[in-house]
Amino acid sequence: MVQGERCILGKQLPVHLSFLFFSWDETHFGKMGSYYINRTFFFDVHPPLGKMLIGLAGYLSGYNGTFPFQKPGDRYGHHNYIGMRGFCAFLGSCLVPFAYLIVLELSKSLSAALLAASILIFDTGCITLSQYILLDPILMFFLMGAVLSMVKYNSCAVRPFSAPWWFWLSLTGVNLAGAIGVKFVGLFVVLLVGLNTVYDLWELLGDLSLSLVTLGKHLLARVFCLILLPLVLYTAQFAVHFAVLNKSGPGDGFFSSAFQSRLIGNNLHNVSVPEHLAYGSVITMKNLRMAGGYLHSHWHLYPEGVGARQQQVTAYLHKDLNNLWVIKKHDSNTDHLDPSCSVEFVRHGDVIRLEHKETSRNLHSHQHEAPMTRKHFQVTGYGINGTGDANDFWRIEVVGRKSGKRIKVLRSQIRLTHLATGCILGSSGKTLPKWGWEQVEVTCTPYVKETPNALWNVEDHINPKLPNISLDVLKPSFPEILLESHMVMIRGNSGLKPKENEVTSKPWHWPINYQGLRFSGVNETDYRVYLLGNPVVWWLNLVTIGLYLLMATCTIVAIKRGAQLTVEFKELSEVLLHSGGKIMLGWLLHYLPFFMMGRVLYFHHYFPAMLFSSMLTGITWDTLLKFCAGCLSCSMGKRVYTYGMLALMLLIVYSFYLFHPLSYGMVGPMASDPNSPMAGLRWLESWEF
Amino acid sequence: MLGFLKQPVVVTAEINMNLVALTVMGLVNRLWALSYPRAVVFDEVYYGQFVSLYMKRIFFVDDSGPPFGHMLLAFGGYLGGFDGNFLWNRIGAEYSMNVPVWSLRLLPALTGALCVPLAYQILVELHFSHCAAFGAALLILFENSLITQSRLMLLESVLIFFILLAILSYLKFYNLQKCSPFTAGWWFWLLLTGVACSCAVGVKYMGLFTYMLLLAIAGGHSWHLIGDQTLSNVSVLCHLLARGLALVVVPVAMYLSFFYVHLTVLYRSGPHDQIMTSAFQASLEGGLARITQGQPLEVAYGSQITLRNVLGKPVPCWLHSHKNTYPIRQQLVVSNPPRPVRHGHIVQLVHGITTRYLNTHDVAAPLSPHSQEISCYIDYNISMPAQNLWRVEIVNRESDTDVWKTILSEVRFVHVNTSAVLKLSGASLPEWGYRQLEIIGEKLSKGHHQSMLWNVEEHRYGKSQEQKEREVELHSPTQADISKNLSFMARFTELQWKILTLKNEDTEHKYSSSPLDWITMDTNIAYWFHPISGAQIHLIGNILTWASANVATLVYVCLFLWYLLRRRRKICDIPEDAWRLWVSAGGLCVGGWAVNYLPFFMMEKTLFLYHYLPALTFQILLIPVVLQHLTDHLCRSQLPKNMFSALMVAWFSSIYLVYRTFSPLTYGEPTLSAAELRSLRWKDSWDILIRKH
Repeated sequence: MVQGERCILGKQLPVHLSFLFFSWDETHFGKMGSYYINRTFFFDVHPPLGKMLIGLAGYLSGYNGTFPFQKPGDRYGHHNYIGMRGFCAFLGSCLVPFAYLIVLELSKSLSAALLAASILIFDTGCITLSQYILLDPILMFFLMGAVLSMVKYNSCAVRPFSAPWWFWLSLTGVNLAGAIGVKFVGLFVVLLVGLNTVYDLWELLGDLSLSLVTLGKHLLARVFCLILLPLVLYTAQFAVHFAVLNKSGPGDGFFSSAFQSRLIGNNLHNVSVPEHLAYGSVITMKNLRMAGGYLHSHWHLYPEGVGARQQQVTAYLHKDLNNLWVIKKHDSNTDHLDPSCSVEFVRHGDVIRLEHKETSRNLHSHQHEAPMTRKHFQVTGYGINGTGDANDFWRIEVVGRKSGKRIKVLRSQIRLTHLATGCILGSSGKTLPKWGWEQVEVTCTPYVKETPNALWNVEDHINPKLPNISLDVLKPSFPEILLESHMVMIRGNSGLKPKENEVTSKPWHWPINYQGLRFSGVNETDYRVYLLGNPVVWWLNLVTIGLYLLMATCTIVAIKRGAQLTVEFKELSEVLLHSGGKIMLGWLLHYLPFFMMGRVLYFHHYFPAMLFSSMLTGITWDTLLKFCAGCLSCSMGKRVYTYGMLALMLLIVYSFYLFHPLSYGMVGPMASDPNSPMAGLRWLESWEF
Repeated sequence: MLGFLKQPVVVTAEINMNLVALTVMGLVNRLWALSYPRAVVFDEVYYGQFVSLYMKRIFFVDDSGPPFGHMLLAFGGYLGGFDGNFLWNRIGAEYSMNVPVWSLRLLPALTGALCVPLAYQILVELHFSHCAAFGAALLILFENSLITQSRLMLLESVLIFFILLAILSYLKFYNLQKCSPFTAGWWFWLLLTGVACSCAVGVKYMGLFTYMLLLAIAGGHSWHLIGDQTLSNVSVLCHLLARGLALVVVPVAMYLSFFYVHLTVLYRSGPHDQIMTSAFQASLEGGLARITQGQPLEVAYGSQITLRNVLGKPVPCWLHSHKNTYPIRQQLVVSNPPRPVRHGHIVQLVHGITTRYLNTHDVAAPLSPHSQEISCYIDYNISMPAQNLWRVEIVNRESDTDVWKTILSEVRFVHVNTSAVLKLSGASLPEWGYRQLEIIGEKLSKGHHQSMLWNVEEHRYGKSQEQKEREVELHSPTQADISKNLSFMARFTELQWKILTLKNEDTEHKYSSSPLDWITMDTNIAYWFHPISGAQIHLIGNILTWASANVATLVYVCLFLWYLLRRRRKICDIPEDAWRLWVSAGGLCVGGWAVNYLPFFMMEKTLFLYHYLPALTFQILLIPVVLQHLTDHLCRSQLPKNMFSALMVAWFSSIYLVYRTFSPLTYGEPTLSAAELRSLRWKDSWDILIRKH
């Protein structure tokens, strides 16, 4: 708990908000904690557990959720933020004992465990990351918890189905649910536990002394604790999430119309509209892609040189009068709202005309290229008071329905096919330039594909001649909203693409500690915190990975060639190959997948892998020194072992002494200035503290 | 002495008639009426332009893959005497008389035909019966999609050929390993494996998947070798070194040699020049080299230069100022005699035409509000003083006193007052900026990025102070020639890097499909359509073969898991030999299918049905493997065996029937009527073009 205390002491100083670049900052997660306290619905690309815990910590410590978290650097003032920070710092400091216990369990060597733990205590990066309101300490807590309980239940294997065995097995499941509940990166630790379990079962299967019934019990126990239990807990998190957040908020626009009808304060909540679409109805149409926007038009024309110079049609994310369209028959211009007319419903397969209510121009398309997506056709508003030409005719179809059926508000997924060219009305998702008021482009795509881009649903529906029904019957069930929120999260995640010409962090930067992240303060007079690993520790970790691979290869080849080992060396090689292998696998699983990710990456994504790497360092150096000691004479060997361990520890402590201002804050000139006290420590040009 | 003459010279030849027959059938079936249709079919329009460029020796960059495949196609054109004069712009365009269609399509067709005997031989080397091997070859022979793909000027059949060749030669090598290592035959097959692998990778990057699979299999076999304690340490080492040489060193060397030939053959500048750096362009004949020839190497105070951004994205661009046409020369302040600019020197940049200084100050840039605006300073009022001093930092310098060199040096301009760095932001300016790209001063230089680097492209230096004389001097080429010869490795790394990173804008295609559609062949591609007669060519497979292959894969995986679990409990259903055969053959076929198929789920590029063909080939090879296993081990008595054989005959005949039914769409003739076409639409998702009358 040493680290925890230090974290809490150090935190008294920076009372203004610290920040990372872009949106992954304390403003972000602090704000989400406030949303939970205020019960306002929001959208985030991560699952809810981490933010829920932050919100809970804030609630319990008396934070009332009123701090606006607007821009980094704002002072907290009288707001009680210590509870949230303290909670994260506490979880972050639990990592040290966890690492100690894991390494102790795996290698049965006290000094290896101490080495691994001291690396985590004295790493500036880990300290900085766990001092603020971020998801990472929570994620790493669950991750290490899962590994620890996995290791523990493995060592209980001699007494299966005993109470500790059940305890650790189910604890693994609980921690797994926690890890994925905080961030999807938790999936990697699920994979690690999964592989370990498969290996475990394979060993059991080969043990002919066990009957098939016992094997079945083993299998069922694991299925129950490691698959079903986490799934139930994970789903429960979402149930709580949806139950708590029942007020309309900034996240509404990301979700479908049906989803929005659940939220108090949303204009779709508890309203009643006519159920089936009829001619003469006034409607708004929402694109089905995430944050797709409403079909919109306004008096402005497309500028010169962009297709035909006709009225713009766009997709607009906000609700406004210009989103209203009137459904008309394609061949007549009668006013269907005239009381003498009978109600005629629109049916699947009908040819219709959509008239913009404000400007009374028809939705129109023709073979001019669209403004942004050159391969698609332009969509415009055309005609005066409803008289246009044959290019205004659209066939309305519902996905997965037979012709002749009526069209439902909200529920029906509608496709509008342009009659003359055969293209489909869709939103490309690209933002138009200034002339289009930075709204989203609407095109007519000649590629007939079932994508949400080309599907629409009717949201508002006004027709005085039809009876209104309550939308409550359309409320989605829990599995549906669970599925939808996952789709939205996945799309949101893959939408975080780096921009061209932007300097981004690359996975190969991370293990070499190439570049850190500025947490707080830019100028000389500011109080600055910089997220950067302790370079001595990180480079030691990096060297150790190479060393481990070399040692493991030598050992495994020697064994394969039939080398005769003494009992002592046999034990050492066992630790090196099995325990070290598990940790190495963990490192690989938490690091390599980032090379294949297309999204924006940040330095702090490496920290889970760094935990594994630190534990590997403990095990490897311990084994190496023991091996050297074993080769030398008894007293000499002991001395080599002790001095080696001491030297490593001292190195780590001294480097921490040098670099501790990085995490506890620096004031004064920048390190690039030769007068700064930190100037001598700027070992790489890319560090900017 | 002459004892050998006592014996007659006897040559005994052993000819496997199966192989001969299969080869002949393959040739007939792939080469029949090869030059029909005499029109550009589908992706021929894409590969054709590269063939033309090869014929004209014009340099190009193709981001779809390495150059070996294009080179092979171009070789066909060379043999046919093609002069490269054809405008490849439209699918369906008639070929003019100077295009040797037959010889252009010959190579893919030949390799496609040779896949048939290769399939036979692979199964024989896997120790399966000749009957099974013959079956595998027939399945490949009657696979419509493979036929279509190999009869046109496309690269998949070449790729599949090299993949199969690599597999076969590795199997041959492995079988020789047990009896006679380090003999001539052993070396031959081992080296051939490496060569075939590098050819496969050289044709398309997809070949990498099979190469990795072979490396993994070879790694597994080597691991057993290490465990073999009858071998001495030295001989184990020799074995490992030989494998390393043949499977790693040789392929890498071959791969480099493809690029060597590519760069030697293509020496003229062409349409893709601008993607490359100035140094690369200067090494090509014509183009930039014509301008830069004879210009002074060292940039001095007073030089007139154009500055090009090192990052060629989104488009190559030069530092530019308005009221004039491109390129505008930046001129350094004159001093006499010429004093070279070195790293760390402070310079001013003067716009050549408007004679204004390049300036930046703490005003937000138009599109990137976090960065500084860059402008040419105009002295409107006094309130904002000129801040036009820039420090030159040569990034790729060798020493701190390096001189700024034309073309070669990559330079960063750091503003003296604000320490902002001159950078290309990547955003394009609106209408008032003529949609040119925005230049900014980036204040907090976060690391290095190519968009901050600039190099001098054109360079003139005039000594005279007199305006008129200077102008004459500036326009006549000057003294020293720069060393423009880049080494091969430098050119290779640049080209390779460009091929890997060049991204086409997201192309949506009517016939693109997702990998999930491929297994069940829910999609097809219309390759060609005759505008008058309505004859058409489609990439459409033999649906029966595809379905059988899927069933075989499923059966294999289930049986494999069943055996595996049972063996772990020490229950052996099949003899040890049969099990080993089952694992090795399955590992190869299912493994080959998986490595050639699954990676596509992670790719973001536009995918087509033809990407599945290599995976399909492996899957087809699995069918006879599974069938033979079923007859050998699951049909114990005679009666089911006979019934099984009868079923086999029926099944093979129906495969042949399906092949015949779809062959009009494969070969493009005979022309079918609308009703016949409609009857061929066995799946609703197939897009067969039916004319409306």
